[in-house]
Amino acid sequence: MTDAAWETLSNQAVAACGVVYFLALLAHLVEWSSMRRVPAAAAAVSAASGASAGTAASAGTAARAEGGGPTGAVAVATGPGTTTAAVRRTALFGRLGLLLTGIACAVHAVGLFGRGMAADPNRVPWGNMYEFTLSGTFVVVLFYLVLHRRFALDWMAPIVVSFALALLMVAVIWLYEPVAPLTEALESYWLVIHVVSAILATGAFTLGGITSAVYLLKEKRPGPSTGPLARIPEPAVLDRISYRIHAFAFPVWTFAVLITGPIWAHQAWSSYWNWDPKEVWAFITWVVYAAYLHARSTAGWKGRNAALLALLGLATLWFNFVGINYFSSTSQHSYAAPVLGAAVVEVDAPPARL
Amino acid sequence: MITQNTDEPVSDERPQGHVDSAERDARRDERRPGELTPREMLRWAWRQLTSMRTALILLLLLALAAIPGSIVPQSGVDSLKTSRWQDAHPKLTPVYERLGLFAVYDSPWFSAIYLLLMVSLVGCIVPRTFVYWRALRAAPPRAPRNLGRLPDHAAYRTEVAVGDVLAGAATELRRRRYRVVVAADAVSAEKGYLREAGNLLFHLSVLVVLVGFAMGGLFGYKGGVILVVGNGFSNNLTQYDDFVPGSLFRPDDMEPFSFSVDSFDVDWLTSGPRKGMARAFSSHLTYRETPTSGDQRYDLRVNHPLTVGDTEVFLIGHGYAPVITIRDGDGQVAYSGPTIFLPTDQTFRSFGVVKAPDAEPIQIGLEGEFYPTYAFGHETGPYSAFGNALNPAISMLVHTGDLGMDDGSPQSVYALDKSRTNLLTKPDGSMFRVDLQPGKSVDLPNGLGSVSFDGVERWNKIQISQTPGKEIALAGVVLALLGLLGSLFIRPRRVWVRAREDTDGTLVEAAALDRSGGGDTAVVIADIVAALPGAPTKEKS
Repeated sequence: MTDAAWETLSNQAVAACGVVYFLALLAHLVEWSSMRRVPAAAAAVSAASGASAGTAASAGTAARAEGGGPTGAVAVATGPGTTTAAVRRTALFGRLGLLLTGIACAVHAVGLFGRGMAADPNRVPWGNMYEFTLSGTFVVVLFYLVLHRRFALDWMAPIVVSFALALLMVAVIWLYEPVAPLTEALESYWLVIHVVSAILATGAFTLGGITSAVYLLKEKRPGPSTGPLARIPEPAVLDRISYRIHAFAFPVWTFAVLITGPIWAHQAWSSYWNWDPKEVWAFITWVVYAAYLHARSTAGWKGRNAALLALLGLATLWFNFVGINYFSSTSQHSYAAPVLGAAVVEVDAPPARL
Repeated sequence: MITQNTDEPVSDERPQGHVDSAERDARRDERRPGELTPREMLRWAWRQLTSMRTALILLLLLALAAIPGSIVPQSGVDSLKTSRWQDAHPKLTPVYERLGLFAVYDSPWFSAIYLLLMVSLVGCIVPRTFVYWRALRAAPPRAPRNLGRLPDHAAYRTEVAVGDVLAGAATELRRRRYRVVVAADAVSAEKGYLREAGNLLFHLSVLVVLVGFAMGGLFGYKGGVILVVGNGFSNNLTQYDDFVPGSLFRPDDMEPFSFSVDSFDVDWLTSGPRKGMARAFSSHLTYRETPTSGDQRYDLRVNHPLTVGDTEVFLIGHGYAPVITIRDGDGQVAYSGPTIFLPTDQTFRSFGVVKAPDAEPIQIGLEGEFYPTYAFGHETGPYSAFGNALNPAISMLVHTGDLGMDDGSPQSVYALDKSRTNLLTKPDGSMFRVDLQPGKSVDLPNGLGSVSFDGVERWNKIQISQTPGKEIALAGVVLALLGLLGSLFIRPRRVWVRAREDTDGTLVEAAALDRSGGGDTAVVIADIVAALPGAPTKEKS
């Protein structure tokens, strides 16, 4: 295949996965609307017993075993005919949504792969904002799919899918750039190590942030006994899921911004930590998430405040990606400008020479 | 997935060194409220400072305090940009200066926050280390009286004798790397001691990183030099164009290396979306590590610095140096050589000045632009169509008079002091412009001399830096990460197995506690029970 063919393939794959994400979203919306008439008990069971996973630690094994999926659980729900039909519809569209999300994620991967193959020489597909957004949304969806069963994340489906869909639209409409060779400073194997870890951490932090946001909602209003809100697990469970995701993301982020980042910066820009705006904000994000981890074990900060800190961390993370790229002209990381010779063209005038 | 094994850090038990306010109040009860001896006052202040809550607030303050440095240009990062900003904001500048906003990360308030944080960290870590040291040597605690009251427990009956059950349990738990103590009726076991070790390691490593970082800032230096290709450089202070030393830097520590730039390669993209971009920069160096050592060669490229001892040499910029000769009115060469022009945009349209203070009868200065690929548009005027020197040209204005160089005060080579000069004009009064292509020359009016453009050379901007302590900082972060992984994913667990003889045989009870608060202890206990002597196969009660 020629580079142009790969590029076309990538563009088509991105468009196609957008459509499939949209179908997945529709399926989940149908699922949620059918759920209005399903009592919480049935909903909770069909929600892969997410609630029971956390109510008692001793139920851990049982919950995992039951976590197999809505299929087995539907049989449990008995009741008036309408409810049974609603339960069946809920389960069916839930599974359909999940399946479509999986397909979309696979097509998404093809889009990324094509993007990398289209460049000459072939490279990893995260050289600019468009590609980073594609990769980031991919990782969010992938993590959702991977963790779906373990953490019983059915309740998260519409949020994740609409998030991915919205970001893909932003990427295609505003951020699109034709495939281009990398700027000189980016040509390093550290691009693979540094950016992969940054993307993984970003994806995981995003999922963790979504969980924390839902935690705050659920904590404020325990919720009705039927409908979509009822299937969201108890705050304690949400808090634990959120912590587990953050506990994975934080070391990865540490690796990305405090180990690989400085090593690469040292090689490319002669200074391993230069207080570049991107570095500053990565540091801020790190500090806020460190505060989150501490807050979870500090009296008076547990729960609500910790969740707020997680959201604050996520806000700094996204601001770093969007804000610094677009609003900071001083950052050497400013990859928003389409043509940038990176540090190499920039020459500051030496102050004085006799 | 790693997350499987995670769980909350110490949730309810508060670390030693963090004392509850209730506890403090209890201790003060005997006296009137508010009455504190200076010693108690100090103690109170220390407790406040080392409390987790204060640490949290300091962490958030640190994050907050870092923000201005990403908004206001920092003189330590980009001095040119900072001075431009200061020129553009004359009113704000003195205020900002007083607040230290141009050097946030060196400012007293930023330093205060992180120093307090470090003190708080030490105050928290030191007592915890002692506690941990004692815990390490302590035996696993005795079994609680009623194991059935722990959240995760199991029990079964068997015919196996009490002693055999306990012996079997001890063997099984040791095999699972538990630390085991056998009592008369029960076995106590504990593992996961490394979690707290990881936690302590993480916090101590933060201090190591800070030390490494400080060493770089205090003893290191960073300097830059622009070298025309073909020229050499030897590493001493006089050769640098700009030089930023750390506050404890000593020039004796500079490595005595030297190098010359033999040639410079660059590729220009002529098609595709990045058309016009330069890439694959490569500067071919010949260098000597010491004045007496032999010549070595190195291709200096972006991302591939040259390392000499503790010092590293980076290629960070490039540009053009037109070779210009000025002859004065007497026909003598008043100036000749490659002159560094600084690029102003991606097309390498570059700006520069040429000074001929020795020209007779009057000093001559040129100021203007260089275009690597000269093109002319009716609206834009002259511009450079491409970064590569395909059709180079200079276009400069001539200033005559006193260039202000006779009093010996330092002057930038990139700026012309035009306060005592006149712009040279044609007889008709219009500006006289030197527009030349390589190999051409032009006579100045009024018999002042001539200017010739002899050719184009290239220059490289080389950055040289010595960052002592960078390995320490790196080792610190790596250790911190290891400690972090330990403190997040190692689970401290206690397991007890008790066996008692009763009328129906032996009653065996087992229970587990995850000291990180919750988790999969049910699985753990099921696993262990299944492996105990006389346990019902595949069935747990």
